[in-house]
Amino acid sequence: MIVNLAFYLFSLILLASAVMVVTARNPVHAVLFLILAFVNAAVLFLLAGAEFLAFILAIVYVGAVAVLFLFVVMMLDVDFAALKEGFQRYAPIGALVGLVLFGELFMVVSGWNVLTGADAARLHPTPDNLTNAAALGSLIYTAYLPLFQLSGIVLLVAMIGAIVLTHRDRQRALRQNLAVQHARKPEDTLVLTRPALGAGAPLPAKEKETL
Amino acid sequence: MPVPLSHFLVVAALLLVIGVFGIFMNRKNIIVIMMSIELVLLAANINFVAFSGALHDMVGQVFTMFVLTVAAAESAIGLAILVIYFRNRGSIEVEDVTTMRG
Repeated sequence: MIVNLAFYLFSLILLASAVMVVTARNPVHAVLFLILAFVNAAVLFLLAGAEFLAFILAIVYVGAVAVLFLFVVMMLDVDFAALKEGFQRYAPIGALVGLVLFGELFMVVSGWNVLTGADAARLHPTPDNLTNAAALGSLIYTAYLPLFQLSGIVLLVAMIGAIVLTHRDRQRALRQNLAVQHARKPEDTLVLTRPALGAGAPLPAKEKETL
Repeated sequence: MPVPLSHFLVVAALLLVIGVFGIFMNRKNIIVIMMSIELVLLAANINFVAFSGALHDMVGQVFTMFVLTVAAAESAIGLAILVIYFRNRGSIEVEDVTTMRG
């Protein structure tokens, strides 16, 4: 009973904060509501019996992805008021598409039942004598090891891609370039002149160009 | 699992619809569009986990982990592209994004 109550409470907060993510005027508020939505979804995971994934969601999403969003929103000096125009214009079509989509999904959700004897078709039944984390670990490190490694490679590629995309090679400091120094010859830099009396030394040709 | 499966499915369906609605509503603000995509993926994850709990099959949770991985990679790359787009153009309006064509 208390579990049902908790489910309704947290799913209500989840849906309300999802609506706020979509409609909030200030994107910083939207990100904060996104964090709230993730935390509530983690509680729903707990109620469904997936403890490990609930904590993964709380750590990876709230701790990393949502904070990444927050960084980007605060770092970019964007005129968010200008981005908000057209909000009313697109609302009816968005509501229409959403309504149709929900109607279809509701028909799918309400009109099915599990086949009798479907239990025999389970690929990896949940073991009774293991905790959730141990059960998940005993699967991903055995049967799903190649896929697990591949998902690690996906993350590596994403990390390298993000670094390559956003990296700027700025010349911050004057660094020593040995090759240039060794290739330097006296005639490149030294000019001997014999100025007339009182005329002063003429500028070398190179510096005249830059002036 | 004391909570019936259909309740989880309805919540996930509503979350997905809110996410799709958000993509329609914020046509210009790509940051909110990416947050809406996160909501849609979260709805898919709730479906996976709910079915995994109701049918006593661990594979749903394994798949949820892969979906989380791909979603994290997607948002990292998307935000990186957004940062360099903003650096080049000084705005994040996606309506004139066709100028990125090579």
